[in-house]
Amino acid sequence: MRFSESVFAARFNITKQDLEAYLAEALSQGGDYADLYFEYLLTSSISIDESIVKSAAQGVSMGVGVRVIAGERTGYAYSDDLSPEKVRKAARVAACIAAGPGKVEKFDLNEGARHNLYPVLTAPTETAFAERVDLVKRADRAARAYDPRIFQVQAVYADNLRQVLVATSDGVLSLDRQPLARLSISALARQNGGPPQRGHAGGGGRVELDYFLKEKTPEHFAAEAAREAVVMLDAVDAPAGEMTVVLGPGWPGILLHEAVGHGLEADFNRKGVSAFSGRVGQKVASELCTVVDDGTIAGRRGSLNVDDEGNPTRRNVLIENGVLRGYLQDRLSSALMRSDSTGSGRRESYAHIPMPRMTNTFMLAGESAPEDIIRSVPKGLYCVNFGGGQVDITSGNFVFSASESYLIEDGRITRPVRNATLIGNGPEALKYVSMVGNDLRLDEGIGVCGKEGQSVQVGVGIPTIKVDRMTVGGTA
Amino acid sequence: MNSDCLVELAQDIIKRACAAGATDAECTIAEGDEFSANVRMRELENLKEAGSRGAGLRILIGSKTGASYTSDLSPEGIGLLLKSAIELADITTDDPHAGLPDRDESGSIPGDLRLHSPDVETLETGFKIDCAKRAEAAALAADPRIFNSEGASFDSHVGRRIFANSRGFTGEYRTSYCSLSAAPVARDGDSMERDYWYTMARGFAGLEPPEQVGRIAAGRALRRLNAVKVETQRVPVVFEPRTARTLLDNLYEAVHGMSVYRHESFLAGRLGEKVASERITLIDDGTLPGLFGTSPFDDEGVPSRRTVVIERGVLKNYLLNTYAARKLGMKTTGNASRGLTGNAGIGHGNFFVEKGDRTPEEIIAGVPNGFYVTELMGFGVNIVTGDYSRGAAGLWIRNGELAFAVSEVTIAGNLKDMLLGLEAVGSDLEFRGSVAAPTLKIGEMTVGGK
Repeated sequence: MRFSESVFAARFNITKQDLEAYLAEALSQGGDYADLYFEYLLTSSISIDESIVKSAAQGVSMGVGVRVIAGERTGYAYSDDLSPEKVRKAARVAACIAAGPGKVEKFDLNEGARHNLYPVLTAPTETAFAERVDLVKRADRAARAYDPRIFQVQAVYADNLRQVLVATSDGVLSLDRQPLARLSISALARQNGGPPQRGHAGGGGRVELDYFLKEKTPEHFAAEAAREAVVMLDAVDAPAGEMTVVLGPGWPGILLHEAVGHGLEADFNRKGVSAFSGRVGQKVASELCTVVDDGTIAGRRGSLNVDDEGNPTRRNVLIENGVLRGYLQDRLSSALMRSDSTGSGRRESYAHIPMPRMTNTFMLAGESAPEDIIRSVPKGLYCVNFGGGQVDITSGNFVFSASESYLIEDGRITRPVRNATLIGNGPEALKYVSMVGNDLRLDEGIGVCGKEGQSVQVGVGIPTIKVDRMTVGGTA
Repeated sequence: MNSDCLVELAQDIIKRACAAGATDAECTIAEGDEFSANVRMRELENLKEAGSRGAGLRILIGSKTGASYTSDLSPEGIGLLLKSAIELADITTDDPHAGLPDRDESGSIPGDLRLHSPDVETLETGFKIDCAKRAEAAALAADPRIFNSEGASFDSHVGRRIFANSRGFTGEYRTSYCSLSAAPVARDGDSMERDYWYTMARGFAGLEPPEQVGRIAAGRALRRLNAVKVETQRVPVVFEPRTARTLLDNLYEAVHGMSVYRHESFLAGRLGEKVASERITLIDDGTLPGLFGTSPFDDEGVPSRRTVVIERGVLKNYLLNTYAARKLGMKTTGNASRGLTGNAGIGHGNFFVEKGDRTPEEIIAGVPNGFYVTELMGFGVNIVTGDYSRGAAGLWIRNGELAFAVSEVTIAGNLKDMLLGLEAVGSDLEFRGSVAAPTLKIGEMTVGGK
């Protein structure tokens, strides 16, 4: 996309000269660097509950965030009004962080290199509502048809189209058009008047609506949600204590997100408050483990052509054959740590200061057949689906909660068990990985990551892996 | 657009929606100014200041609904807001329970609820930064083992909310809050731990002194050092107020009207039954002046009120908005809550357990071998079944005393059993947010460790 074709130029009459003037205003009190992040976001969502389409909503939000960096200090202000006087005012407020003579600089803004990871012709947000409402109706019907024990179904389809413009005092001018869509389904099952059980499924990405019609249909996600609910009807109490845990492929990659991903974000390491601080070059996992964070996979939920500081995203190796290779950097941390940005500067919206974040985090495939991994476990837990996770960066302790798991007895998967939280310590947990499967899978596209109050979309992935020792928080 | 015109804008949007074919309409307008200063290692790190506003519209055409929102309050933006909502009503399904509250249910609590304190707006930036610096400095000075810090923050917010509907309700109120927090990092050998403490109030006068915030935060980080993982075992578990409060977050979800009518809660269909120890009385009260869960009316224009949820162990009421109430054949409890868009959801007012008569020290003294939980992690609570399994850290209780730090363990049970097995309620109830609990002791849970 060219600047002149962007919504900011076309609808709000913003010119390159305006951008340069705002940056000059932002640096009028000194400061090392300034940037502008313009955002124009269209959102829509449709939900069905009890087979009734109860809600349909759409909205527009827009604004600009102005950031000034002076040494380790950041000044930030934003405005949801894009008129020149309001943007100037925000620039003046952000400028207050610096105390020194203003810099008279000439900013020569040039559109930088970027990927083309989601060459979407028509974003789902731009299609007729009638087509999208059909997705939740189909999901509702399919989940109910899956099994007579399904008695409640909720489905939410949500999409958005984010148009962004980043202009920096380094001369970078970056534009992107970021579509995103997700279908989520929750089903409740009950048998013989007993207590209900719930199943969840969902997915999507930076895709056209066709994705839900041809590749991952509402019926696919609905069957998955219904299946999980029905399976859980026969669940027994989860075991408690240390044991061998086998993680299935795909979404269980949330282990990596919590155990190592957050701890490798550069802001925590620059400040020396992460359990991984100062450990680049050290062994933090078994040699079977290579973990990457890759923002450049086409169409993925966690992918971006450019990060929210205008830098192209990259494939970053975090752990290679068990050895810690590097951190996820944004502009501020990379400048202070004298390293390159890894294209990991992200923010929730124009109202938020960017920080280092993950994109799609996964472990590379190994050589074991998944069946052999299960067969090698005399007694343990096999986890195939999870809810959320959390990590304490400083101690390194992390949790993630299994929503579908099974006992492994004598090398065979036997009974489903009730929800249980798994807990481990980041720099230690992956040292116990003793087998890595050849079946790497990325998740279906539902992840949301929260950090310091900011939510961004992420992906995870993992092959089947065996962890010899992990604490399982059941009751049995 | 002038700020004072926002009430008129809301009413105008309602009128125009009805003129365009809506049979009912409701409009929310919110505006706010935020300030945040973060210091780290005695230096200013981040300074953020900005204001924003937005409008949301929900309309009904018969029993079909459509909703829209915008942060663009220009005539063009409002035009699009109206057009979107009307169009969307066309794709939803007739829902006989959808609709606005009945006229006789609308209204607002009279009088000053002390939700807005003018001092928040007059504080100098330098003074706010200095408060954060003092809090962090006190933490860093507390002990040589406090060697680092994730910083200290002073945050403040002032806001205004306007709500109008086509049944003649118009209301507005202003809110403010400020908060001060510190997050020091302690180290001893290979052990590194972080913790935090904070104070929050409607006005600056209600905040605890910065030095106290820093000292408490430091003490919390220090007592976590050199934590060990204990053996897997079943023991009594004592939740300090900060973690006890999270149990109320779980209970709130279980009495949430939407979860109840969908049978998504282990407390669905159990009104009038004994669901908890008789030591527990659980209240939702949106009328307490100056507190964080207080408002004159809910997000559908129904007056806030006091609702007894559990009375001495017996489940008395769910928390309802108009929709959930109609689904369940009940009356709204004035708990409607929403952002700017969509149908009203459900929220709580000040949601708390009435305090008991035992001090936390007395409760701990009564435990020969047990776990005092100061930190909980993760999302391992299933409201449908009540299954509870979370990561935990804290202190081990041996012979009635806090003996050593514990981490990397889980605690697990089922909320049904945990409620019935509640053996002690502390006298230390205080509000640091809209959900508050005193120290709570549960007779037995599984601690998962080695």
